[in-house]
This record gives sequence, structure tokens and C-alpha cells, in this order.
Amino acid sequence: MAEQPVPAETVTGAQSLIRSLEAAGADNVFGIPGGAILPAYDPLFDSVKLRHILVRHEQGAGHAAQGYAVASGKVGVCMATSGPGATNLVTPIADAYMDSVPIVAVTGQVASGAIGTDAFQEADIRGITMPITKHNFLVTDAAEIPRTIAEAFYIASTGRPGPVLVDVSKDALQASTTFRWPTELNLPGYRPVTRPHAKQVREAARLIVESRKPVLYVGGGVIRARAAKELRVLAEATGIPVVTTLMARGAFPDSHPQHLGMPGMHGTVAAVGALQRSDLIISLGARFDDRVTGLLSSFAPNAKVIHADIDPAEIGKNRFADVPIVGDAREVIADLVVALQAEHEAGHTGDYEAWVDYLAGVKKRYPLGYDTPADGSLAPQYVLERLGRIAGPEAIYVSGVGQHQMWASHFIGYENPQTWINSGGLGTMGFSVPAAMGAKVGRPDATVWSVDGDGCFQMTNQELATCAIEGIPIKVAIINNESLGMVRQWQTLFYNERYSNTDLQRTKGAQAAPVRIPDFVKLAEAYGCVGLSCESPADVDATINKAMEIDDVPVVVDFRVHRDAMVWPMVAAGTSNDDIKHARDMAPKWEGDDL
Amino acid sequence: MSRHTLSVLVENKPGVLARVAGLFSRRGFNIESLAVGPTEHPEVSRMTIVVNVEESPLEQVTKQLNKLVEVIKIVELDPGHSVARELLLVKVKADATTRGQVLEVVQLFRAKVVDVATDAVTVQVVGNADKLTDFLRVVEPFGVRELVQSGMVAIGRGSRSITERTLRPVPLPAPPAAV
Repeated sequence: MAEQPVPAETVTGAQSLIRSLEAAGADNVFGIPGGAILPAYDPLFDSVKLRHILVRHEQGAGHAAQGYAVASGKVGVCMATSGPGATNLVTPIADAYMDSVPIVAVTGQVASGAIGTDAFQEADIRGITMPITKHNFLVTDAAEIPRTIAEAFYIASTGRPGPVLVDVSKDALQASTTFRWPTELNLPGYRPVTRPHAKQVREAARLIVESRKPVLYVGGGVIRARAAKELRVLAEATGIPVVTTLMARGAFPDSHPQHLGMPGMHGTVAAVGALQRSDLIISLGARFDDRVTGLLSSFAPNAKVIHADIDPAEIGKNRFADVPIVGDAREVIADLVVALQAEHEAGHTGDYEAWVDYLAGVKKRYPLGYDTPADGSLAPQYVLERLGRIAGPEAIYVSGVGQHQMWASHFIGYENPQTWINSGGLGTMGFSVPAAMGAKVGRPDATVWSVDGDGCFQMTNQELATCAIEGIPIKVAIINNESLGMVRQWQTLFYNERYSNTDLQRTKGAQAAPVRIPDFVKLAEAYGCVGLSCESPADVDATINKAMEIDDVPVVVDFRVHRDAMVWPMVAAGTSNDDIKHARDMAPKWEGDDL
Repeated sequence: MSRHTLSVLVENKPGVLARVAGLFSRRGFNIESLAVGPTEHPEVSRMTIVVNVEESPLEQVTKQLNKLVEVIKIVELDPGHSVARELLLVKVKADATTRGQVLEVVQLFRAKVVDVATDAVTVQVVGNADKLTDFLRVVEPFGVRELVQSGMVAIGRGSRSITERTLRPVPLPAPPAAV
């Protein structure tokens, strides 16, 4: 229902901005004030609909808005001042662009008369963010504020979601204007297609029943479109095996027998093998990313492709699509179910039995696994396995980037959409703590675990202060291997164990410091959080349980894990998925290749 | 590789050219020429972009351009069913002894002298790329002191207009509800 036009009333541009954010449905804003945005913070102080959460770094505001958006399904909002405030938002904006997260970033800009003069704290943030936003605006006329905010929220949340930046000059915020919330939008060039073409859907259904070795290749679009229920109906009606990408973990239950796990560079043998040997890939909201395809020219050589995506530019970008379908994943899947019913009624059903049996065998022979360290030290995978069991599938897990991210993806076990939040496309270290903070604000009822590496954690842990002061009791599991673990793993495998600049505790040839720097328990306590540590497998359950019992303040657990643990399986960068190793120097045997 | 002419209707707003140019460069597409100007609708500008790409990258260019919020419409002009023109202004050396010969060339090409000095004439040539190249080839022996050339502008033949379309607004939906 559209808002009714309200009688115009004289306000400042700043008041108009706050009212516009309220009218657009925002309820939380993550930000930091500064000179150019200062006028907006005055009416924000009085707003009862908007809660402003004062973060410690603008990057934290941006990632928090992302975590909020993914967890709640609403548009996340962050706010910063001009110049450095705005440029600190660049990383989260780029991250949101890669992972299609709907956020609106509002930045102050120097007064319009000073734009272009290299004024104090001036940066052309609209120019800077042009390649990393879905759209952006520079507003220098206060009268344009309501319409611009309305358009920003509409663009961010519809079609393929993404970040939108609204840069507002200080004089526009200070000017006198009238507030009138628009009832319609004038965006002649923006018409996202959500309804799939019926003929294409019928053609897809025909291919599906004719295929013998189909795979449902499920991407993050299924999460954004909230299509998990529809996906399950489609999968169970057809019996087709499912793989879920890093962005789609939770879109299909990990416990489901049809689920083969995650494909890609660190995917399961069954998921990677299924795509490679498939004769039909049904891609739903996925984009054939290089981390999924490996060497593109050798990816799934015998497969036809049905590619459904809301963004037409993704279709055929990396891999030719035999049947392109532009549309919202939920509508596409729902229509596919109907079209397949029609095929079934006409006596056409797919025969996938041999294929399903074959993949079940692969899945059984090459399950996810890990070595328990012989010296009794802690395996990081074990920590995540136990965390998943104890915190359960209703909790939200927010990961950083690196080894712990892959282990968290594999070993926690996801049953529900929007319970796994990570930086997939951009791979932003430092994403986890602020994104977890935002997720907790968006879903205050849920237990939110940040799963972070010790490298990542040191990039953004200042937001623990925000969490403690604002009453946002997240829990952080630091998977502490004293190193930049994923890079170290590559150095182990491809650089002859020359650990150049990946050791976070000692320099080459030097002794380790007698205490670890920093002491994460003390650091947590300094931030007003509870700090716990655990270095023995025997203590893992008790430590997680203790963290689960603390509900009023943030908890940080320093899990001191074995530093040589590696992420397996692995497809080395630039090689074919056929060359996957399920452990070091161990290639799976592909029995029944003549299937 | 083959040449394609795209007519791109865009909203007449600041920064649109930067968005289009930036898109081409970051996606690794080469622009051969670009011309932009107003249309019969004051809120719409028209760009004529000539690119040299294969079929499938061209599709990617078009799709990426379409994703820009301020891009309203893209039409690829078929060279057989469109008229394409470029403008060339060139200063050719021409003193009393050679001026007559230069003017003869100007006449042959149906070009036009727009300025005369004692030792040079400035010639305006309008036509397709081939005509401009031919003209330059012929006057080159006289000596070219300076030249400037516009990007190509092109329009489809016949009475149909690509700008005939609605700029209708869409109703603003209510804010999306939480999960």
C-alpha cells in the first residue's frame, strides 16, 4: 500500500532526510557523525522510529548494515560523513555489491559550492562508488531528498538486490524545504523482470525430464528470493541431487539425503563431481563464479545448462546457457514445479536412479573429514562441528574469510536460510564481527555466533565496544591458529613451506613471544565482554555451553587450534575441477565414470 | 571482431556519461567512438556508441549497459537500415598555387570550406567513416595541419522512432516486511 500524500510542512533538509528514512521503513541506522553529515544527526537524536547505533569505524557500520539486511530480509542502512567517513564505507559497499546485499549508505558531502575545490574532508564518493554500487546519487537540492531516498530503497531491495549510496551536500541538509513522501517513482530505465517467461520454463522442464544426470546448482539468489520452501518442493518432487554454493548454504537442509554439499574450490567431492559429470545443470540464482567452476574450459564438459537468474547479465556471462530464464528465483522455481507436473502428467518423468545411486556412493566414499591432531591439540573442524551441534540450526552464524570460513561452511550444519552470513564474492577479512552485530540487531531473538579467524578478528574487533555498550550480545568464536591460515595453507602447498608474512605471533627465526599478542581474553574483557579460552578438545563442549549461557553481554572465545590444519577438499587455483584432492596428494577414484 | 553501432537512450542527468564510459573500461570493452547529445525529449539524451567486439561480448555489453539505472533503452542499428554520419573539420595547407586544387577536391566530396587563411583552408566534411577517410587520403599530399573529428551519430531509416516510449512512473511499493 502506498503512503498517502501528507500535507507539505516546512522542515530542514536534515529533518526531511530523517523522515524519509522513517517513511522508507528503516528502523536501525549504523553510523558515525562528522562535519558534513552533522545536520542530519540533530533530528536523528529525536527520532523515535530510528535507532542509531554508534559504531567505532565506518567499515563496521557498512558490514553491520549487511548483516542486518541478510538476517532480517530488510534494507540495511549505514551513515557516515564526507571524505574519510565515506571512503571507509567503500569496502562494505563493494562487498554488498558482490554478494547482492540490499543496503543504503547515506553520506554527508561538503557544501555544494565547495564541491570540486578539494575542500576539507571532500571526496567524490559518488564517483568512487560508481563501479561498486547498484546505483548512487548526489543530492544538492533539499527538495530532492524524499524522492531520492524512496528511489534508493526501491532500487536496493528490488530486482537483484544491492548497495545504493546517497551523498547529500551539507547545504542541502541545512536548507529549508518541504517534506512530501512520493507516491510514485520516476525510474524509466529501471524495470526488473521477476516473472519468468513461460515458454522458457516449459523448455527447462522438458530438458529436466529428458536428462539422466541433472544437478540443482543453488546459489545465493535462492536465499535473497526467500525461495527455500519452493526449492525443497522442486527437489523432492524430482529427486534431483542438490548442491548449495557458499552464498546459498542453508537454502537446502544439510541433513537432507539429496544434498551433496557445497561445490567449488573447497567443495565436497560429491558436489564437485556431480557438477563435473552432470548432463544438465539447473542453475538457480547462481553465477558460475570462478571459485565454483575452476578452470572454466573444463567445467562440466557434458552438461547442458538451464540458467535462471534475476540479473540477465549473469546469464551466459561465464558459461553458455542452453535455456536462459530471467526471473525471481522463487517464481522460477514455483513455475518449474508446475511445468514439471504437466510433464509428469503427460507421462514424461526423469529417470535419475543410476545417477542418484552413483552420487550416493561418492558421497559415502568421500565424506567431509579431518585429521585429529596426534599431539592432543585442538582441531578447528572439531570446534565448528561441536558449535553447530550445541548452538543448533536456529542460530545465525556469521563468518570472516579464510580457512575458518570454509570449515564453518562445511562442519556447522545448516538447516535454514538466512542463518549463514559471510563475505563470499569480495572475500573481505574483518567482515564477521560487525556483520554479526548487524545480524543480532536484525534478529534480536536469535543466537548469533561470529566465527572469525585471529587475522580477521584483528581487523574489525573494535565493534565489540559497540556491542557491549549498545547491548548487542553477540558471541565470537575465534579460530585462532596464530596465522593467516589460508595464505599459510597456500604457502605450504605451493610455495615450498616458505611462510612469508603469515605468522601472526613471531617473525622469522625469532622465538614466539611468551604470551600471545594480543591476549584475546584480556582484549574481550577490556571491551566489556566476557572472554573465554579453550585449547583442549575435552573442554570444547563446556566452553561453548558456558558461552551459550551468557545472554546479557558479548562473549569472545579464543579457540587455540592446531596451526597446520588445512582445508580439504581443494581444487588448486586455475586447475580443473577434475583435479580435486580430498586430502593432501589424495585424488578421489571416480568409479563408474562410464555411467 | 566486428563493428556495432549502439543507440543508447539515457536519462539526461549529471554523471551518466561517466557511468557509461566507466562501465566500458572496467569490463574491458573498447569504445571506437562515442557521441552524445539531446533528443526531442528534454529529459532524454542519446548516445551513439561504436564498439568493435564479437557477438557474445556485445551481448554482455548490452546487458551491462541495461543494468545502469539511468539507461532507458538500447538499440543496435543495422548498417543496412540506418544512416550514419561523422563530422570532420580539417585545416589543409593551401597557398595561392595549390588552393584551386584543394577547392576542387572539396567540391568533389561535396564538402565545404568554412574558413580561409593565406596558407590554409579549413574544410568541413560530413559523411560516413569511409568518405572521411577517402577525403583525408586525397588532401594528405597537400599537407594536413590539424584535424578534429566527431564521433558517429546514426539514426534508423523509415518513420519509426526509438524514442517513442513512455516515461511512465511506477507506484512506490510499501517498505518490504521483515521475515
